[in-house]
Amino acid sequence: MENILEVNDLHISFDTYGGEVKAVRGVSFNLKKGETLAIVGESGSGKSVTTRAIARLIPNPPGRIKEGEILFEGKDLTKLKEKQMQQIRGKEISTIFQDPMTSLNPTMKIGTQIMEGLIKHQKMSRSEAKSRTVELLDLVGLPNAKERVDQYPHQFSGGQRQRVVIAIALACNPKILIADEPTTALDVTIQAQILELMKDIQKKTESSIIFITHDLGVVANVADRVAVMYAGKIVEIGTVDEIFYNPKHPYTWGLIGSMPTLDNTEESLVAIPGSPPDMLNPPKGDAFAPRNEYALEIDFEMDPPMFQVSDTHYAATWLLHENAPKIEPPASVKRRMKGMASGMIANSDQGGEQS
Amino acid sequence: MARYIIQRLGYMLMTLFLIASFSFFLMKLLPGSPLKMEEKLSDAQLEILYEKYGLNDPVPIQYLRYIGNLLQGDLGVSFQLSNQPVTDILLSRIPVSAHLGLQALIVGTIIGMLLGIVAAIRNNSWMDYSANIISVVGISIPSFIFAGLLQYYVGVKLGLLPIAFWGTFPQTIMPTIALAIFPLAISARFMRTELIEVMGSDYIVTARAKGVTKAAILFKHGLRNALIPLVTVLGPMAVSLMTGTLVIEQIFSIPGIGEQFVTSVMTDDFSIIMGTTLFFAFFFILVILIIDILYGIIDPRIRLAGGKE
Repeated sequence: MENILEVNDLHISFDTYGGEVKAVRGVSFNLKKGETLAIVGESGSGKSVTTRAIARLIPNPPGRIKEGEILFEGKDLTKLKEKQMQQIRGKEISTIFQDPMTSLNPTMKIGTQIMEGLIKHQKMSRSEAKSRTVELLDLVGLPNAKERVDQYPHQFSGGQRQRVVIAIALACNPKILIADEPTTALDVTIQAQILELMKDIQKKTESSIIFITHDLGVVANVADRVAVMYAGKIVEIGTVDEIFYNPKHPYTWGLIGSMPTLDNTEESLVAIPGSPPDMLNPPKGDAFAPRNEYALEIDFEMDPPMFQVSDTHYAATWLLHENAPKIEPPASVKRRMKGMASGMIANSDQGGEQS
Repeated sequence: MARYIIQRLGYMLMTLFLIASFSFFLMKLLPGSPLKMEEKLSDAQLEILYEKYGLNDPVPIQYLRYIGNLLQGDLGVSFQLSNQPVTDILLSRIPVSAHLGLQALIVGTIIGMLLGIVAAIRNNSWMDYSANIISVVGISIPSFIFAGLLQYYVGVKLGLLPIAFWGTFPQTIMPTIALAIFPLAISARFMRTELIEVMGSDYIVTARAKGVTKAAILFKHGLRNALIPLVTVLGPMAVSLMTGTLVIEQIFSIPGIGEQFVTSVMTDDFSIIMGTTLFFAFFFILVILIIDILYGIIDPRIRLAGGKE
């Protein structure tokens, strides 16, 4: 399958009074047509910044793309002018934001908010745009779409608002849909419905999705591939199966180990010790080394390169070097990997029935 | 909506009645009398005048008579200005003050809002800093200083504009500028602060993510959401500007209601004081009602209770 998006060695910094915060430090990945790539990582790992950079939504100043390229259908988005970018945003690349309570304009009818993009990008008349808006609201599963287009955001519940936000993102059939934690602010039953909706829509529209989340359960449910980010870098990337059944990076082990599961009552959760590094002064070597109980001496000296595990699976840890000692993930994490993977599948089935 | 407005008008009448009663008794507590100034009058003559105006009656009787007249729209006559009805005096003075006030308000808020918008979108640039300096100066220096400076430099030194009186358009320019500085400064500040906050909110990012142009984001998404706090301060400011500004009208010798009010207070002409107070109160309540309705138009979340869309 062809790549619709290629990100090469992307560096993004924010200039603050304290100095330069290096939020993203050399991220590379690609996105194939019709696939869903999940980006996981804890807060501050740079996952949102990376995707906002793709839509060029990072306010400058203070943020700037220092180096690297973002190739969308072969075109480097980092080189485009704001005016040219406006032609791509909302039309080719759309974003679904995290908090539906704040991401809609409170003083504008939701119909108008959806129509805006249609009128701009599809050159529709107001009446055409309005009927398309009603279709979109039907598509995202909002009942009484005809009456609801003339209502304001405060007349909708959280889940309904997120459907509206999704309708806005889908309006012009974008080729890439960036979903920035679209279910984090919703309660669990609504989460399941929204995830089902997104999977449904992807089947219908064949768009590619970049799905940001810190919820591994959601990843197992929606993604084809997973990229794990830590301190502004991708530390491991692979298919869902590879990441869940054969994780190589100690940070990924930690993430999996800190996931609660239903069938696992006797073991306490394993938290990753310490806290993420200060991105004003990223540490020398592997940024995760100070929190990593398996860290080797070289981890404190040199950043590990990406080691290839399989055609699709890469991880940046010195443990994969041929001279490194053979270390297996801790037993508790291993058990959890298995338990979680099966539990996850059960979970997603339930989610499907509910919606 | 109609029901709401009618209800509000009812409350308005009650408030006015209370204000009328309250200010009547307060006036009665004041020492002195509007007729005392006429030192040439003998005690006997004074007695006749007191009798004529009913000032010898017990206060409750005077009160009932006053309210009775008020209900018929009669505000009494002036004690000083040869028995002119208060209504006539107010009607001749109010349009002047309203004209000046409205002109200053429009000039001030429009320029102030533009300044605020520029300062917000060019946040932390020299334009922002200049707008900030203008606001600080405008808020902290009283209008009569500007009035005096304008009169001296523009009026006397340069001889560009008439320095006083009212009637022709050039005569309105300097008082308008002097009065407009304050609303200008206030609107610039509120606009800037609020717009910066609004432009940083999530729904603006959503709008950008739709590919909407910068201008459309500012005018369609930003401004309307930034207006509410400004409308809140503009209401009372509109009242104080349009009901005559004592100082500016004095300085420029403008025959407005403010100037009349000051003179009447000096001479204890209480029928005019009462009439003016009631007018101020009426106008204030009316503006508050208008603002409450405006809120609902600007922000659908505060559509008035009982209002059907």
